[in-house]
Amino acid sequence: MTMEEKMGGSNREDEALDRFPVGMRVLAVDDDPICLKVLGTLLLKCQYQVTTTNQAISALKMLRENRNRYDLVISDVNMPDMDGFKLLELVGLEMDLPVIMLSAHSDTKLVMKGITHGACDYLLKPVRIEELKNIWQHVVRRKKPDSKDRVNGQNQDKASGGIGEAVQTSTSSSDQKFNKKRKDQNEDEEDDGEDNEHENDDPSTQKKPRVVWSVELHRKFVAAVNHLGLDKAVPKKILDLMNVEGLTRENVASHLQKYRLYLKRLSSVATQQANMVAALGGKDPSYLRMGSLDGFGDFRTLTGSGRLSSASLSSYQPSGMFGRLNSSAALNLRGISSGVIQQGHPQTLSNSINGLGKIQPVGLPANQNQNGTLFQGIPTSIELNQLLQNKSANHFGELNPVNNPNVFGVATNFPDARMTVGSSTSSLSTPSGSPLLLQANTQQAQRSGAFGNQSSLDVASLNQESFDMGVHGFSNFVDNGRCHENWQNTVQLSSFPSNSLSTCEAFSHEQLHTNNLQESISWRSSHLNDNPIDLSASMANAGLEDSRGDMQCQISPSNNVIHNIDYAAKQQWGENSSFAGADSLVAGAPYVQHLEAGKLAFNTKLRSNEDILFEQRKPQNEFSQNNFETLDVISSPMIKPEQYNETGMMEGELGYDSFPLGSCI
Amino acid sequence: MDGYGMQNQIACIRRSLFDQGYLDEQFIQLEELQDDANPNFVQEIVTLFYTDSTRLIQNIELTLNSRPINFSKLDDYMHQFKGSSSSIGAKKVTSECAVFRQYCAAGNAEAYISSLLPYIYTD
Repeated sequence: MTMEEKMGGSNREDEALDRFPVGMRVLAVDDDPICLKVLGTLLLKCQYQVTTTNQAISALKMLRENRNRYDLVISDVNMPDMDGFKLLELVGLEMDLPVIMLSAHSDTKLVMKGITHGACDYLLKPVRIEELKNIWQHVVRRKKPDSKDRVNGQNQDKASGGIGEAVQTSTSSSDQKFNKKRKDQNEDEEDDGEDNEHENDDPSTQKKPRVVWSVELHRKFVAAVNHLGLDKAVPKKILDLMNVEGLTRENVASHLQKYRLYLKRLSSVATQQANMVAALGGKDPSYLRMGSLDGFGDFRTLTGSGRLSSASLSSYQPSGMFGRLNSSAALNLRGISSGVIQQGHPQTLSNSINGLGKIQPVGLPANQNQNGTLFQGIPTSIELNQLLQNKSANHFGELNPVNNPNVFGVATNFPDARMTVGSSTSSLSTPSGSPLLLQANTQQAQRSGAFGNQSSLDVASLNQESFDMGVHGFSNFVDNGRCHENWQNTVQLSSFPSNSLSTCEAFSHEQLHTNNLQESISWRSSHLNDNPIDLSASMANAGLEDSRGDMQCQISPSNNVIHNIDYAAKQQWGENSSFAGADSLVAGAPYVQHLEAGKLAFNTKLRSNEDILFEQRKPQNEFSQNNFETLDVISSPMIKPEQYNETGMMEGELGYDSFPLGSCI
Repeated sequence: MDGYGMQNQIACIRRSLFDQGYLDEQFIQLEELQDDANPNFVQEIVTLFYTDSTRLIQNIELTLNSRPINFSKLDDYMHQFKGSSSSIGAKKVTSECAVFRQYCAAGNAEAYISSLLPYIYTD
């Protein structure tokens, strides 16, 4: 369906300000065309400015384009492309706009869920105009502490209820109070319970300018939090670390609270990452969907035994920090380690990796035992999503954040997504053990070389870094981070891998991916088209077994192969890590050997990650992904997943483009 | 003359729809939304409803015909259908959907279908 443009109103800003609530700009999202039309018309009748869309993804896109263009979002709960709650979270985190949920279900649990996810309100279908007449209060509440000059609105709001105070109070307690208020509001809402609200006591209080948590800011925030340690992170210290002018402790505190909730949610979510996929697809590179982080969760589920990808997912949770992979894929890749989404700052990545590294050691061993693949690293959110979807991911349980990183790393590095390959391997290495990791890393580095393009460089850099970090998986990320944000593209390729993440099947994907990766890597330097095919072929043949060593990527010219990701080959992929073919690619081949078991798992993970990443797939990326996968394969046995996840998670910084891990390529 | 007579007829039919429980207050709201700016609003909405529900019904039918019946999918469709119909005020359809969903929850689609037969043939 097409989105209707905003209706009514030119000069909205002025109008909105002067005649608030008249002219308030609302974005309505609902997959049901009838409800959407009725809702849109009702809103127009209330004299709001309305934009409607029936796709959550496009809604996100619109919001991301210009957050200031909207005052309020109304979203349906059940939508095919993305879960309403996920959208809710993303909007709340990225844009901090009030969101109202809409549903035909009046189930208490759902309402509760809406509240915990941060909804301002929960309306039931059919929607009545009386209820819509009062939704502007949510906007005012949020703006209260701000210096917005909705004075008029505020005055009115006072009368209607002092929601505001809780809303923006800087203290967490306020937030809680606010939450409580929300609950009350929900109940009262139907009756126009504005009167029940307390008078706001302060509109007069200083209107602090509203803080928009941009990607950069959030990244810093996450970096600070990770630096301090999630448990010890207190707003004051975070504020000091962030060192941003104009940011008050209160802003940080409320953001921290949201972040914590978000992480908690991520860790408890396991599989509904289907949304993530959607999220991934629609996101801009800059913002990863938060969903992607969730995706990781899925990974976990996906990763079945031995699938690294799953592991990553599962591990993802532990990483908690990483949880936020969402932050644009780019971030994820990079930040892998601590959510710091550094885009292109190797150092940051290192940090992240370090961060991840910590996790990994813990996670990996565990994973390894379980799966052998360890992918526990949760592929950066993106991948997670992908992974989840693709695979039935068995959770490896522990951080396999690595996985993600792989994706990231690769992707970022190589615009072509080749990089991702590299990254993935890196991640893998960690799980299996340092030797592997190192190898993986080196391989990646090698691979990078193969790529020839920037990606390769990045990969290499990443790898190296990762080694240094110790976090094997991370290094990938780091590199990736450096590489580029392109990895999103690569991620696309990764998408293949993501599939592989899931158990065996995942491998196949991975194989394909790996093959692809390898191929991509190998031919990267020259043309994409050529090698990949062989690689994949070799990979496929290699099959997960130990033939890994053999995988030498036979880089066949057909890039297409990679694209096709014959999942069948994928399995082999895991094994084949035929990266070897690529030589550069696969430096991992030796790696592969080590990984063997791990790899497959890892690959799978990588795949998943990649898959996730690849939401954005591009044909070229496909190759990259493949490469990525191969890397993963190699590294997968290793912890990669963990690493990945970590990075992803870190990156996750809310809403950043969670860039699919795979896309790193 | 005839115009007047027809209008009268329409009013009667409309009233009967309400009386029989086919429509509820939501429909009135829709009617109120219709104004000069939106002269054919109700008509548009209802048309849209028919089109969309046809699609939904087809899906439901497919799901019902497949064996084994995928109840969760059916539940989703029903939920969607319920949402749409309640938005336009189709009361009866909405309540039927609710009942159907209960049957789905119980996993008992056949029983429900047979209970629907009288409706199908009389309407």
